[in-house]
Amino acid sequence: MEGEIRFILATDCGSTTTKAILIERRGEEYRLVVRGEAPTTVEAPFEDVTRGVLNAIREVEELAGRRILEGGEIIKPSKGPDEGVDIYVSTSSAGGGLQMMVAGVVKSMTGESAARAALGAGAIVMDVIASNDGRAPHQKVERIRRFRPDMILLSGGVDGGTVSHVAELAELIAAAEPRPRFGSGYSLPIIYAGNRDARGIVKERLGADTALEIVENIRPVLERENLGPARGKIHELFMEHVMAHAPGYRKLMSWTDVPIMPTPGAVGLLIELIAKRDGIEVIGVDIGGATTDVFSVFKEVFNRTVSANLGMSYSVSNVLAEAGVEKITRWIPFEVEEIGLRNTIRNKMIRPTTVPQNLQELLMEQAVAREALRLAFEQHKSMAVGLKGIQQERTISDVFEQTATGATLVDMMDLDMIVGSGGVLSHAPRRSQAALMMIDAFLPEGVTRLAVDSIFMMPQLGVLSTVHQQAATQVFDRDCLIRLGTCIAPVGLAEEDEPCMKLKVTLPSGEDVEREVRFGEMILIPLGVGEGADIVMDPVKEFDVGAGRGKVLKTTVEGGVVGIIVDARGRPLQLPERAELRMRKLKEWAMALDAYPRLDLW
Amino acid sequence: MAHAYTPGLRITDKTLVRKERRLPLKGEVLTAPGNRVQADTVVARTDLPGGIQTVNIAGILGIPPEDVRRYMVKQEGDGVEEGEVIARSRGFFGLFTAIAKSPVTGHIESVSDVTGQVIIREPSSPVEVDAYVDGEVVEVFENEGCVVQTVGTFIQGIFGIGGESRGELIKVADTPADILTGDEIDGSCRGKVLISGALVTREALDKAAKEGVSGIIVGGIDDRDLMDFLGYEIGVAITGSEEKGITLIITEGFGRMKMTSRTFELLVERVGKRASINGTTQIRAGVIRPEVIIPLDTGPLSDETKKESPGLEIGSPVRIIREPYFGALGKVLTLPSELQEIETEARVRVLEVQLEDGRRVVLPRANVEMIEEGRSVIR
Repeated sequence: MEGEIRFILATDCGSTTTKAILIERRGEEYRLVVRGEAPTTVEAPFEDVTRGVLNAIREVEELAGRRILEGGEIIKPSKGPDEGVDIYVSTSSAGGGLQMMVAGVVKSMTGESAARAALGAGAIVMDVIASNDGRAPHQKVERIRRFRPDMILLSGGVDGGTVSHVAELAELIAAAEPRPRFGSGYSLPIIYAGNRDARGIVKERLGADTALEIVENIRPVLERENLGPARGKIHELFMEHVMAHAPGYRKLMSWTDVPIMPTPGAVGLLIELIAKRDGIEVIGVDIGGATTDVFSVFKEVFNRTVSANLGMSYSVSNVLAEAGVEKITRWIPFEVEEIGLRNTIRNKMIRPTTVPQNLQELLMEQAVAREALRLAFEQHKSMAVGLKGIQQERTISDVFEQTATGATLVDMMDLDMIVGSGGVLSHAPRRSQAALMMIDAFLPEGVTRLAVDSIFMMPQLGVLSTVHQQAATQVFDRDCLIRLGTCIAPVGLAEEDEPCMKLKVTLPSGEDVEREVRFGEMILIPLGVGEGADIVMDPVKEFDVGAGRGKVLKTTVEGGVVGIIVDARGRPLQLPERAELRMRKLKEWAMALDAYPRLDLW
Repeated sequence: MAHAYTPGLRITDKTLVRKERRLPLKGEVLTAPGNRVQADTVVARTDLPGGIQTVNIAGILGIPPEDVRRYMVKQEGDGVEEGEVIARSRGFFGLFTAIAKSPVTGHIESVSDVTGQVIIREPSSPVEVDAYVDGEVVEVFENEGCVVQTVGTFIQGIFGIGGESRGELIKVADTPADILTGDEIDGSCRGKVLISGALVTREALDKAAKEGVSGIIVGGIDDRDLMDFLGYEIGVAITGSEEKGITLIITEGFGRMKMTSRTFELLVERVGKRASINGTTQIRAGVIRPEVIIPLDTGPLSDETKKESPGLEIGSPVRIIREPYFGALGKVLTLPSELQEIETEARVRVLEVQLEDGRRVVLPRANVEMIEEGRSVIR
């Protein structure tokens, strides 16, 4: 199929905006041609998602000078040089995305596996119900009833394990008589992915009143997770039940060449694909108005979390509530009164489409973004963990280095790349601001590449990768990512201004830049997009840049629109306690990266 | 995108307002099209299913789950009183019997021979929906609810707390720039909706709640005061279920914000009339803003069709909704089409506004809001 495809149209129906992209094969290469957008039309007064899709496509038509629509339908396949497309695909997160509840017997075992399966499929997990979650049965029933999820994933027990606990969960769900969020004329989809011996009982308890589907156990044995079948079923039911009842989706489904995917599910798919292709450890983050999604691939294990209440507009107040005022003000290089900061954040919440007009407001907004990203990443680290409750084989050397089961898979020193996306990162007036926000929030260690998704087309490319991998990866490499550069962060602590490493960078011109890096400073060494430089890092004995404490590391680093950023502020990051000193250092770092104009005014 | 400005909040002198009144579950509708209703007339009623309680019979009686049915004194469907015996084990010669009692009044919903648990369903509780506004029933949804229509003044706020409430409008501020400190509130404010100015203080909120004030309409509030009053931080912008006994409608934003003169004057003109207010706010796709509805004693207007808002034009009145000119009013002078760089170095679509004090300022289009006055139907 791949050979015949020349023009590809892809849309993403977001909760506020529908984005369309047109891709064309030029010679042997697939490239982005244009992008159009229009407000999403799922809600009243339109209540038909296809109107927004058609509007976004019309913008693409105008910008590309290509006729794609005829009588409100997409022309397929393409005819001649100026008409139609060969494939049309779409993702959707409109109407609040996919909202699920999951249930398992033990919260930290099957409960957690079920949550990972749902998150990986692109869902928001509203609650994890478990036999041992400490809540009384009537409280659990109350939760199920109140939340009105789009579907429920029920797991529990390894194969051959407990039946009665699974039956108890099924009974609770039945007693709650859960009703789906959209429409009243259909039954709520429930996926059972637990102990196979309990299938009969689950069918008996839930089969009559719900749309029950049974798939393989997500935790057949304690030592192994099997999330694939449950994830696949979630995608299938998302289409059949949830989307089919959302306004206009039946029509949209009839247009697409592959099933519509939940937006974050598609982004995850793409990130997983890239990590596998390049053999890298990667973190992706998408910070939106309402939610922040974090994706990671470490040791070939893909994880996704969504922080449903951390975002830059609708959820911005929740960032304040969760982080607290002090954590936000620590990133602001001028004095700000608590009452003023609080009111500013609340006003952003109630008028989410406004933009910062002056530098102070921009700095405040970016300070909030750092905390939203940091909190979302904390949540991700606690979810992206090894399996809990399993037996570990130990050798004598492990006696001195006991690691508990369920330790996080996220290893910042092993991390190769961070990809950021979402308005506050993608639209930061200077790219160095995006780099600085990501470094401050994620605190990469050693050598880490940084990039931003220029116009957030990862969802469309993710769903495209299921039918045309070559086109998806080529556009991703050439048009989607803006490479910011590489961050070098020695791990260790020292007194301010003490030497922490010697750095030698051999630029493409052959010129050598040699620097002694001192603790507490940031340095920017320009290195352009597509350029590479050989570097030699020789840390003092308390510091590690990736080869071990005090060990020399030689490697090649990538350039970008910002360049090589040396961050010698310490890991863990050391921010001065005294406000004046902290503000002075923040300005110093921002100036080193040339991140803001006129910082010297304050 | 073409619509890079924020559609304004509605401030309308006289318009047709239609309110859907629906039950959370199917039930009984108690009115019919053509009926005149008062705000507190009950228009629909239903019963919410009761909560459930589980009793671990197998555990209490010390028997295997599959034997539970044999020991049940009450069967599925039977009614039970709180403390009533529902299962009893038989010991030797009547000795050592164990009993299980119902923790609540209700009926036995199910007995499980897999888990050994019994589920008891508590009695259902009645739910009523009232008309919310004085008006006329114009449509009935079978078993679900109805639409109540009225002609009146309609004002949207930007943010609110507390759900539906109602009361006579009284004025407690002389100008829209006044601060409501609490000194203005006494026993005479009970059950009333207060029109105030630019700010309501924590003390005023506490006093209003204590005196039984129905609602307060005000320009602004300090976030810190709101947090102290509620006892918690508002996280996500979904409000309306707060139970402080008072509904608060903020018309401009957080901080000290002079109420727009037009809003203030319109409210003051309606002093003495009954207002229906709702603080429920939801800021995301499908925005819900708080509202003030003041039914007027005139016959119904004809049902006008909604006119498409022409969008921003030269001369359009606008309100600035972000610093550094937050709250200022003005008129659009120019609408340059090309992107312009602003102080932050972002390149955005801008507009030039002449402020009321004569200053001319250039702003991102996203940072103004149209002042909309249309007469279309409000739903």
